[in-house]
Amino acid sequence: MSEPITALAGAASETGIARIMELSLQGMITLRGDLASSAVQKAATGAAEVEMPGTNQANCVEDRGICWMSPDELLILCPYDMVAANIDKMTETLGNAHALAVNVSDARAAFRITGTQAREVLAKLCPVDLSLENFAPGMFRRTRMAQVPAAFWMTDAESFQLVCFRSQARYVFDLLSIAAQPGSGVNAYLT
Amino acid sequence: MSTRLAAGGRLLNKEKALSFTFNGKQLRGFEGDTLASALLANDQMLIGRSFKYHRPRGVVASGAEEPNGLVNLGAEGSFEPNQRVTTTELFDGLTATSQNHWPSLEFDVGAINTHLSRFLPAGFYYKMFIHPRPLWKHVYEPFIRQSAGLGRAPKARDADTYEHFYFFCDVMVIGGGVAGLQAAKTAAASGAKVLLIEQTAHWGGRAPVDGGTVDGIPVDNFVEQTVAELEAMPNVTLRKRMMGAGVYDHGYVLGYEQLRDYAPEKPGPRHRLWRIRAGHIVTATGAIERPLSFAGNDIPGVMLASALRDYVVNYGVSAGDRTVIVTNNDDAYLTAFALNYAGLSVPVILDARVLAEDSPAMEQAKAMGIRVMMGHAVAKVKGGKRVTGVAVCSQAGEGAVLEEIACDAVAMSGGWSPVVHLWSHCGGKLSWDDAQAHFRPDVDKAPTGADGQPFVTTAGAASGALHLSDVLGDGDQAGKLAAAASGFKVKQTRCPVGESPEEAPMMPIWLMPQGAGVELRSKSWLDYQNDVKVSDVQLAAQEGFESVEHAKRYTTLGMATDQGKLSNINGLATLAGALNTSIPQVGTTTFRPPYTPISMGAIGGEARGDVFQPVRRTPMHDWHDANGADWEPVGQWRRPYAYLRPGEKVHDAVMRETKNTRENLGLLDASTLGKLIVKGPDAGRFLDMLYTNMMSTLKPGKCRYGLMCSENGFLIDDGVVARIDEETFLCHTTTGGAERIHQHMEEWLQTEWWDWQVYVANVTEQYVQVAVVGPNARTALEKLGGMDVSKEALGFMEWADGELGGFKVRVYRISFSGELSYEIAVDAGHGQAFWDALMVVGNDLGVMPYGTEALHILRAEKGFIMIGDETDGTVIPQDLGLHWAISKKKEDFLGKRAQERSHMTDPTRWKLVGLETLSGAVLPDGAYAVGEGENANGQKNMIGRVTSSYYSPNLGKGIAMGLVLHGPDRMGEVIEFPGTEGATFKARIVDPVFYDKEGEKGNV
Amino acid sequence: MLTLTCPVCGVTAEETEFHGGGEAHLKRFGPGATDDDLEGYLFMRENPRGVHFERWRHAYGCGKWFHAARCTTTLQVFGTYPAQTFEPPKEICDKISEARPGWSWRAFK
Repeated sequence: MSEPITALAGAASETGIARIMELSLQGMITLRGDLASSAVQKAATGAAEVEMPGTNQANCVEDRGICWMSPDELLILCPYDMVAANIDKMTETLGNAHALAVNVSDARAAFRITGTQAREVLAKLCPVDLSLENFAPGMFRRTRMAQVPAAFWMTDAESFQLVCFRSQARYVFDLLSIAAQPGSGVNAYLT
Repeated sequence: MSTRLAAGGRLLNKEKALSFTFNGKQLRGFEGDTLASALLANDQMLIGRSFKYHRPRGVVASGAEEPNGLVNLGAEGSFEPNQRVTTTELFDGLTATSQNHWPSLEFDVGAINTHLSRFLPAGFYYKMFIHPRPLWKHVYEPFIRQSAGLGRAPKARDADTYEHFYFFCDVMVIGGGVAGLQAAKTAAASGAKVLLIEQTAHWGGRAPVDGGTVDGIPVDNFVEQTVAELEAMPNVTLRKRMMGAGVYDHGYVLGYEQLRDYAPEKPGPRHRLWRIRAGHIVTATGAIERPLSFAGNDIPGVMLASALRDYVVNYGVSAGDRTVIVTNNDDAYLTAFALNYAGLSVPVILDARVLAEDSPAMEQAKAMGIRVMMGHAVAKVKGGKRVTGVAVCSQAGEGAVLEEIACDAVAMSGGWSPVVHLWSHCGGKLSWDDAQAHFRPDVDKAPTGADGQPFVTTAGAASGALHLSDVLGDGDQAGKLAAAASGFKVKQTRCPVGESPEEAPMMPIWLMPQGAGVELRSKSWLDYQNDVKVSDVQLAAQEGFESVEHAKRYTTLGMATDQGKLSNINGLATLAGALNTSIPQVGTTTFRPPYTPISMGAIGGEARGDVFQPVRRTPMHDWHDANGADWEPVGQWRRPYAYLRPGEKVHDAVMRETKNTRENLGLLDASTLGKLIVKGPDAGRFLDMLYTNMMSTLKPGKCRYGLMCSENGFLIDDGVVARIDEETFLCHTTTGGAERIHQHMEEWLQTEWWDWQVYVANVTEQYVQVAVVGPNARTALEKLGGMDVSKEALGFMEWADGELGGFKVRVYRISFSGELSYEIAVDAGHGQAFWDALMVVGNDLGVMPYGTEALHILRAEKGFIMIGDETDGTVIPQDLGLHWAISKKKEDFLGKRAQERSHMTDPTRWKLVGLETLSGAVLPDGAYAVGEGENANGQKNMIGRVTSSYYSPNLGKGIAMGLVLHGPDRMGEVIEFPGTEGATFKARIVDPVFYDKEGEKGNV
Repeated sequence: MLTLTCPVCGVTAEETEFHGGGEAHLKRFGPGATDDDLEGYLFMRENPRGVHFERWRHAYGCGKWFHAARCTTTLQVFGTYPAQTFEPPKEICDKISEARPGWSWRAFK
């Protein structure tokens, strides 16, 4: 079997007001089920090895994590080559519980946006209050990014991780690069 | 002549000289100049020509309200027409040209219109050019288009970039004059997050020019101090060069920030459109001075009194050596003082009022030795391209000239109108203020937001508070109110006290002199840019255009690029006078955003060029591109229409691919087809409701073609469903259907059957799906090696998981071409490698990739329908002969009841058939068949239409499908399809399956 | 452009993050229904000037459908509530009564 590749083979943009880079392969599992059910919770935490996040939260540690997508959906992050094993493990944990766990690692593209003005880059594209007071690490937001859906969270005070559909990876990368173009700092947030 | 004064110019940096050109002439200005002030400093009073009569036009104002000073700016990729000189900051190397004249600004042939003006009154175009009708298109319209219109459209592609920015705050203050500054300060003191914006490059608004004191210190010091305080507050964001363009529902505001118009050398975007959500909005947008209506008030050199004073104080520019002031209020006296301080001559102040006693301003003027003539007016202004003098008359009379006074500038003031645009955009109402003769916000009728509460408050002059002493208090109140409205506890702060001289009341003057005859009225301009005069509005009223909205459109009053900022109130008053009614009775026209024009680039934001639209790409996109793909947009996807070899034409490539797939081996990138996982104990039951077929009886390992209808009964999608296990199905949708059908499923699960246990996941993009099609398909897969793909192991309409060539695959034995065909799904990350592997093993099997057009022809040869070709939202499965796919056993499915309606079961519904022209030619796609007789409208009766039509290289003739009245009962009959340009196609009704009717090719 | 609060995930967002879905509280009529009932279900809508109940989907967010009670003239939003119900919650009806005494919409008042 060939080596799997990401949508943009690790594209990066370094010259603007924030650094944009496509992340390497990231394991992602969509888990749908009753989030209050202990089987579903165990399946999620067992695969991601992190605690359950709250509503609109992401609990991520490096390439593992759980993102709250909706009241009956989680996005489980894990190492790319652990996905199949994790789905098997989750299926076992879920037992008879009504749930759906499916690999979406290749259906998505993931980006990192880093820098003191990373917030502004996203605020040019997403109708979300990204001021320091209103968006911080731990929070997770699904929204519109220009003309496509996207979801993001902060991995530290100056870094965002963002996922979008794989087919739209080029569009999203181009958007981010344009929004980060040199000389385009807004300086609207406290730093 | 207008010139630069030796002293003055508080906004100028005289250390830094700038050079620029106007109509190719090299001119000089200073940093801090606007293009208007720099042009005036160079004695360039004549700047353009008016829209209709091509009258000479000079600068009349000093800000956003300017109607006349419009120029072309820049060149090539930065060219932009209709830029206001008064709001254009000068920079080194600026190039401007005048517009709307031929051959030159100074000598314009179109100016003949001014002499014909008595033949070109309001409504002239409507009356004149209506007959004879044919002349409009070929004579009148081209001529009018040639002579009318401002500026010209840019030809080069815009070289700049633009962006949006989403911002959220508790209180937004629009306008950085003293009211806005004070409002921002009090709102911020409560802890609210405040955004304060100012459209110009300077804080303080008019106050530094008009003077006065705040708490005993000069007002400009107060401005400086307040700005410094605001800058130090962490909860305040200040922006200059940003205009509040529009106020919309639920606290939405568009802020138009000009980032580098004043400094093109700076990197980055040119404009940024802020998309702001504010808890409460304070509009501290000031007021605009009104012109007076007297004959010749449009001659270059006649300016607003406040503008004249701005040019002297802010830019050290005099509009003329001798300036006559004409006014109905005390404010214009400030202009006389400013000119006097600058050492310029004011021969007379013509004050239309008759007052019992002198106001402080009058006293001061007299003390300065300025002649003040009360109760007097301008009979007419003398001059052509420049003011040379005024004829003086009594305001009370009909314009008998008492004396003539030589001058080269006239400063006029008809009073002030609050800028109520932003208040009104979202529904704020106005009330008429008799004392100040203007409309001001009716505080009891504010725009209301999501919670039903008012969300806009005006402050300062925008409220009608015109004097510094009132302005500060009003701003202070507005700030507190805004903070409280957005949920903050108001801090009780002291309001600074402003002091400005007492003023005598103004007196409304709508025509000067009040008894002016038609001769004078037809030279008294209301709208300078669109050439609307007092006489035009009166004519409109006389002809029955009594509604203000009708009069506006008939005369074009207020319809120019300035949207009537100067002309509206004067126009309304004129209309009210003509109708013998009151101004509030006439009412205003609607204020619509943007406040002043904003660039199209800013509206588009980032959405241009490569990111104009999101283009969706499959993992093999680059390969397709490198291998000659002629792209076809399919929704947001790009799919190869055909793969062109060097020198090959599209049609030839399609023919080659279509033939090769039937004869050898074709590969199709089918990744864009939707793939939805439907899982749960109720999944079968759910799919039985969604599809017309029975899906719950499908066995794991098997596939079934299914149809989906809307509740209205119409076909909305089709595709192959594979049962994965007892609880899990994988539903294929059309390319355009993936998201739509996913949402369709979610909608029914969430809103109707929320107690059913089913989960859906869209895994479309997890997989690349390749259709391996043709007689050599199995051999190719066998060469890849791995799982058994024989007829016995993997029959038609079966699927299996396994490995091929080392790739983890799911193989569906399904066919949309009638050929031996496998659709193979692999994880998208391996998609390109898998495609490459297929190309390698296919090399000696005649492999060719094929595009969507070959796909279409192959399916049409087999009579397979295509959603969007055979369906158009009005077609039910029964029309397409798909009864076999509609379960009769099911009690219910979406659309079942609707399909029982009489119209749906009507035997005269057009039905699907095949069509073959007698000549073998290709029928035009979409052509209609005509039958006997005519309908009630005298049109020929239609009896069918073509839904798909192609040239089939495998059959060597044109083939088509169509919907025809009683079609299936009329096999062999010939019907007629009129084409374009007199051609008629005769076509025979045939079975829609043209190729391999027995289905032997796929059954191997 | 409206702002709405999704009652499912709690996010308040602008209209572009949502997708409108027409009138709320429709009752489905399937096989066996009379022509009149089917017509009412498929086509007849209140389209009121004033208080209205609508379906919205948090399309770019959590993806869930919900209902909104809104005034079509002033755009006041009286409240949003989950779609899995046959009638608006009492507290929203009360809030509407406070702002628009005497209102009614289909069977609700």
